[in-house]
Amino acid sequence: MKTFRIGGVHPAENKLSAAEPIKIAELPQVAVYPMGQHIGAPAVPCVKKGDKVKVGTMIAEAGGFVSAPIFSGVSGTVLKVDTVVDASGYAKPAVYITVEGDEWEESIDRSTKLVTTKEKPELTPEDIIAKIKNAGIVGMGGACFPTHVKLSPPPGSKPEWVIINAVECEPYLTADHRLMLEKADEVLVGVDLLMKAGKVNKAYIGIEENKPDAIALLEEKCKAQYPNIEIVPLKTKYPQGGEKQLIDAVVRRQVPAPPALPVSVGAIVQNVGTAYAVYEAVMKNKPLFERVVTVTGKSLKQPSNLLVRMGTPMSQLIDACGGLPEDTGKVIGGGPMMGKALRNTEVPICKGSSGVLIMNDKEAKRAEPQTCIRCAKCVGACPMGLEPYLLATLSSKQLWDKAMKEDVVSCIECGSCQFTCPSNRPLLDLIRDGKSTAMRIIRERQAAAREGK
Amino acid sequence: MNKLIVSLSPHVHSGDSISRNMYLVIIALIPALLISFISFGMGAIITTAISVASCVFFEWAINKFCMKNDKCTVCDGSAVLTGLLLAFNLPSNIAPWIVVIGAFFAIGVVKMTFGGLGCNLFNPALAGRAFLLISFPVAMTTWPLPGQGFGTYLDAQTGATPLAMLQEMFKSGDVQSLPLLQDMMLGNTGGSLGEVCELAILIGFVFLLWKKVITWHIPVSIICTVFVISGCLWLIDPAHFANPVIEILSGGLMLGAVFMATDYVTSPMSSKGQLVYGVAIGALTIIIRVFGAYPEGMSFSILIMNAFVPLINSKFKPTRFGEVAK
Repeated sequence: MKTFRIGGVHPAENKLSAAEPIKIAELPQVAVYPMGQHIGAPAVPCVKKGDKVKVGTMIAEAGGFVSAPIFSGVSGTVLKVDTVVDASGYAKPAVYITVEGDEWEESIDRSTKLVTTKEKPELTPEDIIAKIKNAGIVGMGGACFPTHVKLSPPPGSKPEWVIINAVECEPYLTADHRLMLEKADEVLVGVDLLMKAGKVNKAYIGIEENKPDAIALLEEKCKAQYPNIEIVPLKTKYPQGGEKQLIDAVVRRQVPAPPALPVSVGAIVQNVGTAYAVYEAVMKNKPLFERVVTVTGKSLKQPSNLLVRMGTPMSQLIDACGGLPEDTGKVIGGGPMMGKALRNTEVPICKGSSGVLIMNDKEAKRAEPQTCIRCAKCVGACPMGLEPYLLATLSSKQLWDKAMKEDVVSCIECGSCQFTCPSNRPLLDLIRDGKSTAMRIIRERQAAAREGK
Repeated sequence: MNKLIVSLSPHVHSGDSISRNMYLVIIALIPALLISFISFGMGAIITTAISVASCVFFEWAINKFCMKNDKCTVCDGSAVLTGLLLAFNLPSNIAPWIVVIGAFFAIGVVKMTFGGLGCNLFNPALAGRAFLLISFPVAMTTWPLPGQGFGTYLDAQTGATPLAMLQEMFKSGDVQSLPLLQDMMLGNTGGSLGEVCELAILIGFVFLLWKKVITWHIPVSIICTVFVISGCLWLIDPAHFANPVIEILSGGLMLGAVFMATDYVTSPMSSKGQLVYGVAIGALTIIIRVFGAYPEGMSFSILIMNAFVPLINSKFKPTRFGEVAK
């Protein structure tokens, strides 16, 4: 069974909600849309207080090429344009909408009839990319990189394959898994569209072996209808969903250190949720305003997979799953390995919100750090071939130049080192500090070099 | 609403801990320990008990009275492990006060003066053994013969170890009757407490690999290097050099390769570095055994290579992602 070649760990999977069909979440009373939901320039609000919006109305325009517009997931009146504390913990500009009814834009095709690419042979790659761009689609796996940018590779690079990330290697999360089981046909049309847009004629869908039902279903459908799409079962190992790790696992090529992009080895990687959003945008004219979210946790009464309109506060989803348990210690936006601990549960669901995880008091606390015993387990676990113990020490001593020499900027912040450390050392906390400082120094030096010219 | 805890990811942990690793190594030592009790009787039990008790005592006392540290470092199991490994490197008929001196040197000098667990440069148990070997050469090389009944201790009949027999044989040219390979496998030869039964050590090795306490790199590279070098010498001149299988099964080679050289604190961090370290230990061991004054070379070669670990760590980095061509 294939997997990536360097490092990796296997956290307890805890896929509590794997058997829960996707349910439609209730509409909120007030929906909140932060403007920075993606990597790149924040979106710019194009509505003002008192404006009436429908489901699917654009409320913010893209703020540049690497950016994406934002659409309302509810109908109603713009309450205010203000700020909100989002999952990052910082206050960001946001549009608030008071929900009234559920009226959709007429241009959206709300039927459930499947439309394949054969029925729309007139679609050119440019059309598809334009529709993706105008629908505000970004990577739905959590990194939120605008999808149209990935499909427009820099001149000189030639994509060979589309690789679909259906790994869902984060423990607890099951949103992608359920989506594949319940919307398999739509997902495959989405993959077909991505192949067309990227001008490649081969796609791989990487799925971890802990989802055998999804592997079997998609394999059967591909055999019958899509000979160009190959399902690649992968050995369950974290962080297989990391873009570089997935490419290595599926096609055995390693993307060199930045600034090299995945396309430099011929791969365009897209999340399975993104493929579904692409289908809806291109075939159904539906911009990105809802997504599947896993709401889960060991103490939660009813772990579920919910189809949620964006802008819905997480507290409402938690209430729909039995309410916040008494012993709650942490609420995490995303999975337990890379998700962000939230300051409060009023944070709205955004494009990249794959899950809401409730951890009880006991799970939420870290154990006391001990001295490093140089066991080398962090070195063995690092999927980038780095030496976390050394990077952490260099960062804590503020030896930034040495940390740069040891490739601190290659760290993907997956947390495997800290997960595996028998001494419970806060390795990633320290490395993050080193990485961000090193990146700042590199930017400053580049700027200084430009000025010197 | 109750207050939420906010911290950076990852929010889960493997549950691994220092003490878990230490206790797993101790469990892996149990087969060899039981065999030593059977082979050497009461002497083995007394020596082990004294060694473990004095290591734990010195760790506790130094931590409490010299380092003024309130945290209990004895509970992490590392002192117990050092005590066990030190005992494994001693003959069972050694006087108790010598064991206490060895334990003091191992814990007090080699481990605690450098700052305790994680900070020592040399393997404490091996440094303790080397100290005793140089200070009390006779007591440390008078090996009891196995199978003399349960009551044997200081009064045990002594005899040569297979390695000493080999060295004597090649020096004088007299052909002696060497022990059978199966006796070496099962522990029916003279030697230190824990080194005699290679089968028990192998069981421990498999257990450690299964529990992912250690990786294969160091033990396998040591054993392969010893096999290749001694095999070459043997092929060149079988009259003066021992069969490679005897080299591997005799002395502390297996014990050192599996339990000593793999000590976390004093071994390299990257798998490449671990391979280099293992190959160097294997080569040094053969050089000392064949050309040196001591019949046994394992403990010295590990200690020598301990000193090179910082250098190995800075020269042999793990393969970075993307470094391999495509």
